[in-house]
Amino acid sequence: MHEQSISQMLDALDRKEYSCEELITHHVDRIHQLDEQLNTFITHTAEQAVTRARVLDTARAKGEAPPLAGIPIAHKDIFCTEGVKTSAGSHMLDNFTSPYDATVVEKLQAVGAISLGKTNMDEFAMGSSNENSYYGAVKNPWSETAVPGGSSGGSAAAVAARLCAAATGTDTGGSIRQPASMCGITGLKPTYGRVSRWGMIAYASSLDQAGTLTRSAEDAAILLNVMAGYDPKDSTSLFMDVPDYTQALNKPIDGLRIGVCQEYFGQGLDPDIESGIQLALKMFESAGAVISDVTIPASQHAIPAYYVIAPAEASANLSRYDGVRFGYRCESPADLADLYQRSRNEGFGTEVKQRIMVGSFALSAGYYDAYYRKAQQIRRLIKDDFLAAFKKVDLIIGPTTPTPAFKIGEKSEDQISMYLQDIYTITSNLAGLPAGSFPVGFSQGLPFGVQIIGNYLDEARILNLAHRLQLETDWHKMSPEEFS
Amino acid sequence: MIVDKKVVANIAELAQLEILPENMQEFVDSLTDVLNLVEEMQSVDTNGIEPMSNPLDGVQRLRSDTVTESDQRDYLQEVAPETANGLYLVPKVIE
Amino acid sequence: MPRADWEVVIGLEIHVQLLTQSKIFSGASTRFGADPNTQACAIDLGLPGVLPVVNEEVYKRAVTFGLGVGANINTRSVFDRKNYFYPDLPKGYQITQLSDPIVEGGEVEIPLADATKIIRITRAHLEEDAGKSLHEDFHGQTGIDLNRAGTPLLEIVSEPDMRSSAEAVAYAKYIHQLVTYLKVSDGEMSQGSLRCDANVSIRQFGDNELGTRTETKNVNSFRFLERAIEYEIERQIGVLESGGTVNQQTLLFDPDRGETRPMRSKETSRDYRYFPEPDLLPVEIDQAFIEAIRQNMPELAPQKARRFAEEYQLSDEDARSLSADSHLADYYEKVVGVGKDSKLAANWVRVELLGQLNRKNIDISETPVDAKELGYLIARIKDGSISGKIAKTVFEALWEGEAESAESFIEANGLVQVSDSSELQPLIDSIIQNNPKQVEQFKAGKTKLMDFFVGQVMKETQGKANPKQVNELLNKKLG
Repeated sequence: MHEQSISQMLDALDRKEYSCEELITHHVDRIHQLDEQLNTFITHTAEQAVTRARVLDTARAKGEAPPLAGIPIAHKDIFCTEGVKTSAGSHMLDNFTSPYDATVVEKLQAVGAISLGKTNMDEFAMGSSNENSYYGAVKNPWSETAVPGGSSGGSAAAVAARLCAAATGTDTGGSIRQPASMCGITGLKPTYGRVSRWGMIAYASSLDQAGTLTRSAEDAAILLNVMAGYDPKDSTSLFMDVPDYTQALNKPIDGLRIGVCQEYFGQGLDPDIESGIQLALKMFESAGAVISDVTIPASQHAIPAYYVIAPAEASANLSRYDGVRFGYRCESPADLADLYQRSRNEGFGTEVKQRIMVGSFALSAGYYDAYYRKAQQIRRLIKDDFLAAFKKVDLIIGPTTPTPAFKIGEKSEDQISMYLQDIYTITSNLAGLPAGSFPVGFSQGLPFGVQIIGNYLDEARILNLAHRLQLETDWHKMSPEEFS
Repeated sequence: MIVDKKVVANIAELAQLEILPENMQEFVDSLTDVLNLVEEMQSVDTNGIEPMSNPLDGVQRLRSDTVTESDQRDYLQEVAPETANGLYLVPKVIE
Repeated sequence: MPRADWEVVIGLEIHVQLLTQSKIFSGASTRFGADPNTQACAIDLGLPGVLPVVNEEVYKRAVTFGLGVGANINTRSVFDRKNYFYPDLPKGYQITQLSDPIVEGGEVEIPLADATKIIRITRAHLEEDAGKSLHEDFHGQTGIDLNRAGTPLLEIVSEPDMRSSAEAVAYAKYIHQLVTYLKVSDGEMSQGSLRCDANVSIRQFGDNELGTRTETKNVNSFRFLERAIEYEIERQIGVLESGGTVNQQTLLFDPDRGETRPMRSKETSRDYRYFPEPDLLPVEIDQAFIEAIRQNMPELAPQKARRFAEEYQLSDEDARSLSADSHLADYYEKVVGVGKDSKLAANWVRVELLGQLNRKNIDISETPVDAKELGYLIARIKDGSISGKIAKTVFEALWEGEAESAESFIEANGLVQVSDSSELQPLIDSIIQNNPKQVEQFKAGKTKLMDFFVGQVMKETQGKANPKQVNELLNKKLG
């Protein structure tokens, strides 16, 4: 049953092929057997999950089951979960039990989805390999020497290994799409503001966006229907109606205008990935889509802009971790400065501290205009380039990552080459556009995805094209042998 | 921009991060690398471009002035490192 | 160099707590005096994952203030983060407005001893208050109460237009009166609803350049403000005259010692690393929002004083005094509404009521004598049914809580004035009959004796006789 998609599971539950409890117990057992080698979970909530499954079985018997009753999911450990440890992958929050639920958690719970636990991640979502976790690296289910990508590495690996049907993630510079690509699954980052950030531990507030890691575009549509929407608790969430994303899945793509982003096919792109994407484009073309070239010239400045803006916002967002009201506090501080400085040094990992340093520098007196303000201006140039491109095309296509999953330890000593992992993904964060990664092939035995970027609020069209791809190919159905 | 130990120490003070002597060089190197990476921005002509702090250039919706929160002190202080008489405790502060 | 050769330059930053039910960015209560941390919700505590949402009322109050000082209301304002570490600042940054505040410009005309002076307002911006550090000993530690954290503040920044501590105090008092009048704030200084930071510098007369300034923070009374500025002026003169230089620094005023001293720990670094708050969007308000507030602007003290003088025929002094405090002005107007005699009401409110309030150090809002009751007394004095003297007795009883109402007290104690001539006539007849000697002297021209006869009537009636009526009857009889 773990190979089934969400809609297949819902059908099976409806037809009483198995109960919620059986479905949940099956996945709990898999986690129990398989996760030790992968390290995808930081916290398990098996007991609560089974209890909840029984309640939902009773409700189902009475015909009162909510729409996603019994679907086994997992939350990235960046989402606050009431009464359950919420660590953000950091020593700083190792002792933190959240007093409240994130809006995303609450909404998924309300429709009956059952969380099996909290997934591993790069500390405070800073990383592209999941090696920056206080709880240790996560292994890629396709090769245990490879990284799963990051920062939502635990969620991606758990879904790829069929430990849960779907998982939540967050994407600040590619943290959903990059691990989705590297783990051979579907990852969707919606438009900035489409999903509430309430209860989602902040990394870079103007870039962070919650999204989905699923087996298919259809499953992503089902989850996004639940997660999306205005939240009065999040001022930056969009006050707009949410369409039914499943409705548009089967629309014909005849006449759909697809742009191929020239900047995304340069040096450093793995040839297998390039040909995988070309194959997908041919498939779209034969289904009636119109392919043309587009260009986003300002995207060449995306990495510098991102590595100023994200650390700057993070440097302020992470000031609240001071050892006073919650979280890690150093042993017997001598005075206030010692309390702050030692708690923060001991509580944060190296990458987090380095980004706080960069961000503090970029905002400091005399440098603000040259760094932060400049980066925010570049951000607008990137947005303008995209808007111009979207006048000519409906969707933009490119690779998600330059290479398939690299080896654990391969880049952990080279910060800059790790940063370059995000080269194709961060432009859509800077512009706030929706984008997804969908499996389209394998290189050296490791999966990779194609990235589809849409115009603002055009998630439905991204999923429409991706669903088409998934109707015609089986890449998304492939699972790593050990976990089939 | 030349990053040296003094620059790092100043920034660390702003960010209230302890930097142990054995880690100092690592921080100097990392800050130098990242600043070199982002230096390229300076070549971009951004004259007259309005900085973008929100991707959708949205405007704030205001909340009505009603009290929606009740006293949850004991519950919220369950996660606090040290409290007494309902107060959070920190080492003695001299103003 | 004598002090008179030094010119003093003062600018004030006044932090006014806005009158709201809930905090600026959370739904926690702003009520004063709650147990520590019982009004600090997850947002106020800066717990992981929380987000701020702006309170609409805060904007209404700020716009009201801006209109009250004739300022420019920015239809687009932006919140920024001001970064520094302090235990009473939970997020490690304060949300404030730096480059796009809600209010810019404006001015106020403040009354001085023998003139008025214009003080220009630079700007007024919205921000959140911090919590409180309690330095009493908790095993050698400091306790942090975050109830105040997130309380809405309007920081009103003046131009350096004041030239003496007296001007600074007059300005601060004027702002205090203004914000209470406009109901922008409750103005309760003892509860920290209005605090001043004083920027003080000195220079020799004729210098165009400003001297180096110091900032004395968080002064919470007008008296301390005056003393802190005076101390700082003397100190700076001392420094400069002994050949030293004034350091730009942040100071605290110690009222016990009557001196300022440098702050030790807070905000040692001035590098606040401001940047636009990404958790909030720019606030855009339209003309309709501003107009709706303009329509409902309360009358300001100077306008009210002018109206009182005209409408109620009061002296300038009475009009000014009664309109200085909006609660007192409201009270007075209620008294007039019932009593129907504006001058008598002014006299009673200023002499009797304010006299008692001042003696007992009670605020008008806590007066034990209801305006309706005082109005009733005035109506009874005016229609002659009680004397001024009796009215004072009734007022006393009301003040002491011995009377449920003026009406019931007068009735129960039979205090209604005797003005019935059929009742007074026999009494007067018998007094004339019993005092032939005085009658003779009166008729011989010793008219001062009229007081004696009136006194006799009053004595017989225990003060209840209507003096006017008695005079008339006596005159008729003796004249």
